[in-house]
Amino acid sequence: MGKLFNMNSIDFSKRIRISVLKMINNGNSSHIGSALGVADIISVLFRKVLKLDSENPKDASRSRFILSKGHSGAVVYAAMAELGFFEREKLMTHYQNGSTFSGHISHVNNPGIELSTGSLGHGLSVSSGMALALKMLGNSARVYCVLSDGECDEGSVWEAAMFASHHKLENLIAIVDYNKLQSLTTNEDTLKLEPFDAKWKSFGWTCVRVDGHDHDALYDAFVNAGKDSKPTVFLADTIKGKGVSFMENSVLWHYRTPKGEEFSLALSELENS
Amino acid sequence: MRNAFASKLAELAKSDERVILITADLGFGLFDDFRKNYPNQFLNVGVAEQNMIGIASGLALEGYIPFCYSIANFSFMRCLEQIRNDVCYHNLNVTIVSNGAGFSYGPLGMSHHATEDISLMRAIPNIDLLIPATASDASFLTEFAYKSGKPNYLRLDKSIVPIDNSQTANKPWELLENGEEICIIASGGIVDEALKASLKLKEDFSINPKVVSVKRIGQNSNTEVTNLLGDVKLAVTLEENVKSGGLGSFVLELVSDNNLDLKVIRLGIDDKYESIVGDQQYLREINGLTSQDIVKAIVSYVENKDMN
Repeated sequence: MGKLFNMNSIDFSKRIRISVLKMINNGNSSHIGSALGVADIISVLFRKVLKLDSENPKDASRSRFILSKGHSGAVVYAAMAELGFFEREKLMTHYQNGSTFSGHISHVNNPGIELSTGSLGHGLSVSSGMALALKMLGNSARVYCVLSDGECDEGSVWEAAMFASHHKLENLIAIVDYNKLQSLTTNEDTLKLEPFDAKWKSFGWTCVRVDGHDHDALYDAFVNAGKDSKPTVFLADTIKGKGVSFMENSVLWHYRTPKGEEFSLALSELENS
Repeated sequence: MRNAFASKLAELAKSDERVILITADLGFGLFDDFRKNYPNQFLNVGVAEQNMIGIASGLALEGYIPFCYSIANFSFMRCLEQIRNDVCYHNLNVTIVSNGAGFSYGPLGMSHHATEDISLMRAIPNIDLLIPATASDASFLTEFAYKSGKPNYLRLDKSIVPIDNSQTANKPWELLENGEEICIIASGGIVDEALKASLKLKEDFSINPKVVSVKRIGQNSNTEVTNLLGDVKLAVTLEENVKSGGLGSFVLELVSDNNLDLKVIRLGIDDKYESIVGDQQYLREINGLTSQDIVKAIVSYVENKDMN
């Protein structure tokens, strides 16, 4: 952790954005838009909020973090490398033959990763199960679950939402990476999520809207979460592809691998930010 | 069988507070005592099977030993991906308990016919199928699942073989009756039909078949299979499950993989849904899954053999 004492979450987010760009370019993979969009949320969580120790990945009092939107795995691998869970060199094996860093986040031989995901709609249920267990065991650790907005099309998300509020899982914090885009077009044109806040509130959650790129606002939100015997959800307004001008707000960059000149341009934008 | 499971589970819950029974709003009457005696170890998640498995996975990751109960097919088909990705890929000690094997709930209609689960659950890696035929089997396999530290699928039947095999309930392939040349292989309550067929064959035809109850499909050792089938010339398999990919297919695979020289006749449900109303026994009859069907198949084989 020594290296991190002098690094704030903004610098952390710059580092992991650059790592992710290089990983995805090197691995010829997708999901750069998602990774860049959620990078600030991940930075604040991993740099300032989550109680994690790379020497003790299974410590009982650790914060539990679940990436339900598994396709952003690259940015979590990058964040965990900064925390000392993996050698940074290992990041470049992402998506390569023989690696354990699959495109969607995987726990196998990756100490510190709580859950492998990839199929949307599973993470909130597992998070709720963990939160319930911790509550029953009298363990004050909290569970943080990052979901995508499109993921909330899945009925299983709402099954979990009903369960979490019914069982008063105050130790459960969900964060929706709300970039308003999904696979083919906007949420609005696919399956309307709005009124999104109202939906979560009607399911018995504390629902707070937050700027998903404002580190101070995110930090305040996370540390003040978990009250009134309700689980908390943050709808974090984000821009997909944030940090690289030509990738911002684009469905194309959900899929496209940054290569050649596009890669160089993206890298220089991030390095000079 | 269901009661044997519930009793054993209560015993396990009493001695181990990590055991937790989760239901998706089913089991009326069955769990009243459990719920009263171990309220902190009982969880009704409501009619939400996908969430049930996710909750079970989260609990298991934190050290609990969940048993997830519902009526098939809801118990596993509704939430198959969660079973595969969350339970099995993470190798969690979660037991999926399916009540209503085969045509147990016959008159309720096809939505409640659990007739593809042997095939489907065989294909999912890292989960063992546990198919009790007797009350002792159900009791043993419940405890087996608890101790295993891994995923299991427990198939509970309404019908049962009314024998006391408590001394041999632990055998994954149990030789219920010894014999020569011909072996009847079955799983679940329908093993009773195999025993009835064997009796008829002995009495009326002087044919003396082996009868084997297959209770565990998963981590099977080859030695027990070759020991039981090594000297057999005909195996007749019987299951309250579709032919495609079920117990019979499993036996064919074993025969091929172990280079065994024997013929296999498979009795199972054909590639169709059952829309005729009937109780378990009636539906077995119209689907060719009774002792008479076994007898017919074996007698025909023997007659043809003699003619040649």
